[in-house]
Amino acid sequence: MMKHVLTLLAAFLIGATPVAAQDSQPLKIIVDQGVIEPLPFAVPDFVAGSSASAEYARNIARVVSADLSGTGLFREIPSNAYISQITSFSSPVQFADWKAINAEALVTGFVNVDASGKLVVQFRVYDVFAGQEMSQGLQFVGTPDGWRRMAHKVADEVYKRITGEGAYFDSRVVFVSETGPKNQREKRLAIMDYDGANVSYLTDSSSIVLAPRFSPSGSQVLYTSYESGFPRINVLDVSNVARRALEGQDGTMSFAPRFAPDGRTVVYSLTRGGNTDLYTMDINTGASQRLTNAPSIETAPSFSPDGSQIVFESDRSGTPQLYVMSSGGGEATRISFGKGRYGTPVWSPRGDYIAFTKQSKGRFHIGVMRTNGSEERLLTASFLDEGPTWAPNGRVIMFTRETAGASGASSLWSVDITGRNLRQVATNTGASDPAWSPLQN
Amino acid sequence: MNILSKTMIACVGLALAACTQPEYLQGVDGNGAGSGAYGSGSAQDPTSPLYFQQTVGDRVLFAVDQSTISPEGAATLDGQAQWLMTNTAYSAIIEGHADEQGTREYNLALGARRANAVQEYLLSKGVAGNRMKVVSYGKERPLEVCSDEACYNKNRRAVTVVSAIPNS
Repeated sequence: MMKHVLTLLAAFLIGATPVAAQDSQPLKIIVDQGVIEPLPFAVPDFVAGSSASAEYARNIARVVSADLSGTGLFREIPSNAYISQITSFSSPVQFADWKAINAEALVTGFVNVDASGKLVVQFRVYDVFAGQEMSQGLQFVGTPDGWRRMAHKVADEVYKRITGEGAYFDSRVVFVSETGPKNQREKRLAIMDYDGANVSYLTDSSSIVLAPRFSPSGSQVLYTSYESGFPRINVLDVSNVARRALEGQDGTMSFAPRFAPDGRTVVYSLTRGGNTDLYTMDINTGASQRLTNAPSIETAPSFSPDGSQIVFESDRSGTPQLYVMSSGGGEATRISFGKGRYGTPVWSPRGDYIAFTKQSKGRFHIGVMRTNGSEERLLTASFLDEGPTWAPNGRVIMFTRETAGASGASSLWSVDITGRNLRQVATNTGASDPAWSPLQN
Repeated sequence: MNILSKTMIACVGLALAACTQPEYLQGVDGNGAGSGAYGSGSAQDPTSPLYFQQTVGDRVLFAVDQSTISPEGAATLDGQAQWLMTNTAYSAIIEGHADEQGTREYNLALGARRANAVQEYLLSKGVAGNRMKVVSYGKERPLEVCSDEACYNKNRRAVTVVSAIPNS
């Protein structure tokens, strides 16, 4: 099922460029700033070690460029503006030529297929105006069919060095692929790279599937399935698509599952007699524990990254609002107080924000707030936006957007936590309920 | 072919709107409902599932974000209870649905509340609990596809789907 089992070996390269000490500001983008001018950069096609690696050398540079440009923080300078070309990976860079076209950052690389058939990718990042390399060059080794992952790893390194934020390009997204008319929609679980490449299907469309969620390692996916005729939580192994229903789901239905950071505890909603409460279950033993006991709806739970707390949605006040409680249950503190209905809270992997869906005056929004409910910020607005999921670095959010009317269709969108860079994620069918994986190893 | 032709005959006597939903007439309302259940029997036969669906009335509607049975709903459910008490060879799955205004998770829970309200009502009228099951489809199976109240009020529903209990 999973195509390339890929081992990426990273190694530092010995610096090839003499450090020219200059008194300029180091190259740096602050991601949290509201509006910034994208940083101009150049990624010439990587230098190919042989004709066998020429296509990889070109394609890897294009994926690196797409990753960086896709953040909205970088702007690529087209190759027809180049004054000098990079024909050798080891030769000194002609900084003046890159400075003249205002390329503040320059990424160069070398790609070769070695004697054992492994793809070797080396790259360096330059701060052009400082006239020096940013940190050391790196080398990745992997199987050729994993070339896109290697490109994402290169882009992740560039992004980390320039923004100081965590990486996220080498990640996957599990989602629900949708086809057919609105009243007879067919849904299948699918998985793809974060940028929409390498799609494969994890289930067929014979029963409704909803809201997949990755395990902390990315190897398993929890989701809700109507396979039995009733909503039940399944766990699926991503590597071989083997799936099973969780033990002991004895209510009318169970849904909205999510893993705890320990990778074996699952928090979910269970409905009995029309009433929905929160429970946890040990995925290995099936032992469950009731966390809430109220006549109201309690659903959409999400753990804090340290596993100590759970944020969830409840209509105990009369409308759906967000609450935080200890992961063992007990008293809950309401954190949403704005006008409107709040749902689907998700704790950021960095622990600093909670993303949510807000419904207000007939519109839907994706927003973020601090974990105590302060600093609420709406990032999007449309007929129907819902179900945020965090990029591994906690700086970008992906969500479902559905259009109105008989021809209404779902698609995936991403936006950064400042509300900038709203863009659609390419999928070849309708798509909903994205869940971002952790960064791949 | 037999099922198809009977379904088409049944359509002749119905309002046009219903005829545009042949899937539903065949009992395929959501992936969970037993397909073909309503292909058998005729609407004139008071013991048939088709009669239950069309003459007794198989659904009750709900106000926005509510799961309270309305007076009209109660009248329909009185008829459903009576039918189920008379036709003991049938069991029922009560499907709860929501309109699209709301998150997926909340609507699943809301649909469960609606289905449960119908089940409780039928129980109170004497229908045995072991003949009924409930399922929520949330907003996954809208009947009407427009995005305004004219459609939403038909989608906020609980539908009682009856099927013959297999002979043991």
